[in-house]
Amino acid sequence: MSLNLILFFGLALIAIVSAVGMLLSSNAVYSALFLILDMATIAVFYLTLGAPFIAMTQVTVYAGAIMVLFLFVIMLLGVERLRQRAALRWQQPLAVGLGALLLVEAGYLLFFRGVKLVPESAVGANFGSPAMVGDMLFNQYLLPFEVTSVLLLVAMIGAIVLTKKT
Amino acid sequence: MIPISYYVGLSAILFIVGALGVLIRRNAIIVFMSVELMLNAANLAFVAFARGFEALSGQVFVFFIMAVAAAEVAVGLALIVAIFNTKQSINVDEISSLRG
Repeated sequence: MSLNLILFFGLALIAIVSAVGMLLSSNAVYSALFLILDMATIAVFYLTLGAPFIAMTQVTVYAGAIMVLFLFVIMLLGVERLRQRAALRWQQPLAVGLGALLLVEAGYLLFFRGVKLVPESAVGANFGSPAMVGDMLFNQYLLPFEVTSVLLLVAMIGAIVLTKKT
Repeated sequence: MIPISYYVGLSAILFIVGALGVLIRRNAIIVFMSVELMLNAANLAFVAFARGFEALSGQVFVFFIMAVAAAEVAVGLALIVAIFNTKQSINVDEISSLRG
């Protein structure tokens, strides 16, 4: 049981427990904080997978901007403790049952029919660096990059128009 | 080294937890956060395969997914604020005015 494996299983346990905590918590602020913990754990996974640029982007954009926006809106609307009236009582056990079925299917496919990829060689120190990702982003994926900038502009306009008070 | 299938398995578990959140919870903001969790699970699968096949395209696609998720969260939260200003509630069971 190498140190890598212990680290992976420890972090995976933290990720799953915080995801389930987000799911089950009755206070929306606690759910948001559990999700922030989850995103930080996934950022550490990105570091172990040789993606330092994506890890820092995850912490900055996801945990630092998107979740803060969620917390803004939760505080603005004051909906921390929404009483959950389950309108369809049979829906919850059915959802959990189907989720468990999907988990069993995924486990079977992964561990009995999957392609066993064990990274044999350590990738170079440059593998996920900003220089290499930027090189691909501006050469091979230039069109999606520019379209993404237009998409962000459209999202900004949409958010402003939706909350105008006229 | 850790086999890539372990990371993909973790991504599947997180995706299923996110899908359960969308199906079970009635608070619109928690549903939204579960969608973000599903997107994160997909990102983890992308980065794991990028490492496994030593192809950097997986990480570039994660970059685009993050940009799209940010745009979606901005517009979606603006929608939720607008709905709350009208109906004073964001319980998804009560947002049923279009039901015939």
